[in-house]
Amino acid sequence: MNIEKLKRHSQCQWYIEPEGKMRVPAIIFADEKLIKDMDEKVFEQAANVAKLPGIVKASYAMPDAHWGYGFPIGGVAGFDPDQGGVISAGGVGFDISCGVRSIRTGLTLDDLEPVKAKLADLLARRIPAGLGSRNKQHLSRGEMDEMLKGGAQWAVEQGFGTKDDLQYIEEKGRVPGAEPKYVSDHAKERQKDEVGTLGSGNHYLEVQKVSEIYNVDCAEAFGLHLNDIIVSIHCGSRGLGHQIATDFLSRMVKSAQKLGIELPEKELACAPINSDVGQEYFGAMCCGANCAVANRQVLTHLVRQTFSEILSKSNLRLLYDVSHNICKVEEHTVDGKSRKLYVHRKGATRAFGPGHPSLSADLKKAGQPVLIGGTMGTASYVLAGIEKSMSLSFGSCCHGAGRAMSRTQATKRWQGKDVIRDLAQKGVIIRGASTRGIAEEAPGAYKDVGEVVDATDKAELAKKVAKLEPLICVKG
Amino acid sequence: MNNEHRTTNKLMSKTYWQHYSHPADMGIRGIGPTKAEAFAQAALALTAVITDLKTVEPKEMVEITCQEQDDELLFVSWLNALIYEVATRGMLFSKFEVNIKDQQLQAKAWGEKIDVKKHSPAVEVKAATYADLKVQQDKNGNWLVQCIVDV
Repeated sequence: MNIEKLKRHSQCQWYIEPEGKMRVPAIIFADEKLIKDMDEKVFEQAANVAKLPGIVKASYAMPDAHWGYGFPIGGVAGFDPDQGGVISAGGVGFDISCGVRSIRTGLTLDDLEPVKAKLADLLARRIPAGLGSRNKQHLSRGEMDEMLKGGAQWAVEQGFGTKDDLQYIEEKGRVPGAEPKYVSDHAKERQKDEVGTLGSGNHYLEVQKVSEIYNVDCAEAFGLHLNDIIVSIHCGSRGLGHQIATDFLSRMVKSAQKLGIELPEKELACAPINSDVGQEYFGAMCCGANCAVANRQVLTHLVRQTFSEILSKSNLRLLYDVSHNICKVEEHTVDGKSRKLYVHRKGATRAFGPGHPSLSADLKKAGQPVLIGGTMGTASYVLAGIEKSMSLSFGSCCHGAGRAMSRTQATKRWQGKDVIRDLAQKGVIIRGASTRGIAEEAPGAYKDVGEVVDATDKAELAKKVAKLEPLICVKG
Repeated sequence: MNNEHRTTNKLMSKTYWQHYSHPADMGIRGIGPTKAEAFAQAALALTAVITDLKTVEPKEMVEITCQEQDDELLFVSWLNALIYEVATRGMLFSKFEVNIKDQQLQAKAWGEKIDVKKHSPAVEVKAATYADLKVQQDKNGNWLVQCIVDV
């Protein structure tokens, strides 16, 4: 990105002052290297988001921002329903409530090493992944609606996991406001055999080790110690979320035209929060959010079963579960006044600071655990929310590495079997159905997640707690 | 990976599909002498995002219809209708016949059930998007249709 058109407000804050139809500034959080490497499209898209009705304070882009649809990936924006604010199906994206869940196992590296290959094989067999994979559990329409209303709480009631798990999921595993009646039959049809499936693309299940601790107090509060074994799951709301997004994007493109809302690009499709389409989308999107956490909850159950078969002393307990493609109704202080805002995070993670009422008692002092997914060859990170980010970015930070290279470029550069061999030499076992899929996800196709996390820490959006390095990766 | 396929039809105008780069996802493009043929080529490009087209046998036929107010919306609806059939039938498609009249599309798609061993699907397509969306005719009368698909 050409930084001459930006105004640098601090080491890690770059402003695009309002111009033309922008209602507020756009603010990009990044260090100098990341901003110079950032796609020009981020500038354009962050500025476009600033043009939407009812946007409050600024349109934000996180340090991992890159070219998305309408919103940049790594985009955050809050809208006030009382000021004509909008809700955007494009601003949430196609994988509603895609997110990361990390689980402590009670095991250390020494426990895992002797059974690593066996565990990799069994996980690959037990976790439904990739196109065409189905879960054995078929949901009837009635059960589907219960799942959409109940989220992870529903899953626990069905025997997938424990009540304790729910303490460590945003909104305790169930988003209020879900209205299954606004979810199309098509969306429900796509989901009926997909609860408890991983999906494909950049989604994964990893067994990781804690390889570095940066903040001893927070790590202690999160139950993380060097060489602990962690399981992380990255996936979302599967076919249901994809179809809800498809259905409402189409409706919002048409309704925006009728209402005279100017869309700089069609993917910014949105509707006033206080409109029929806006409310129906919100009700459907909350179903998507519940579907995603139910999905991760069922997957957790499958992981627990698999671990207990091989490592009987394992005790899998949730570290946390975050959603990074989502719109949430949150209270934020703006100019000294508390306001109810619809905060969109598109490839961005909520990072609430210490003392936030949403946190369980044992996390109150440390702040919210923030889970940042890396690539299968590098590392993932655990961060903690800090107070400062509440005023900087509505309590939001980065979500992952972000691609540096397209899928077509990646498959030209790498062969899947070479990627698997190289990672095996580093001690990472990869299991996936397609070698082309693995080539597309080659670690070299992504930005350096370490740089993204360092910039996030420097920008005071969240603070670094621990680094997790992969040992086993199951890809869809 | 097979990411381009060209054939020449009787009118000597080019009918083919392409993939093109997008930082996070994949662009698909269909080119043909008529809008309907370009739509059909783009559908081949869609299947080729998932698997090698040559591995998919046209054994079973599915009918698809959709309707929209303009060509661009119709193109995205067509691809999303196909994505829905792939997801719910667990099928892949390798042969298409498309007819378009007055923004109404009627199509036949031939394919078979997904077999992971045979097709080794690389990714699942979540949706066709409005990003980089084009439905246009050049001065020689050829049609080009394209958009980014989210994978």
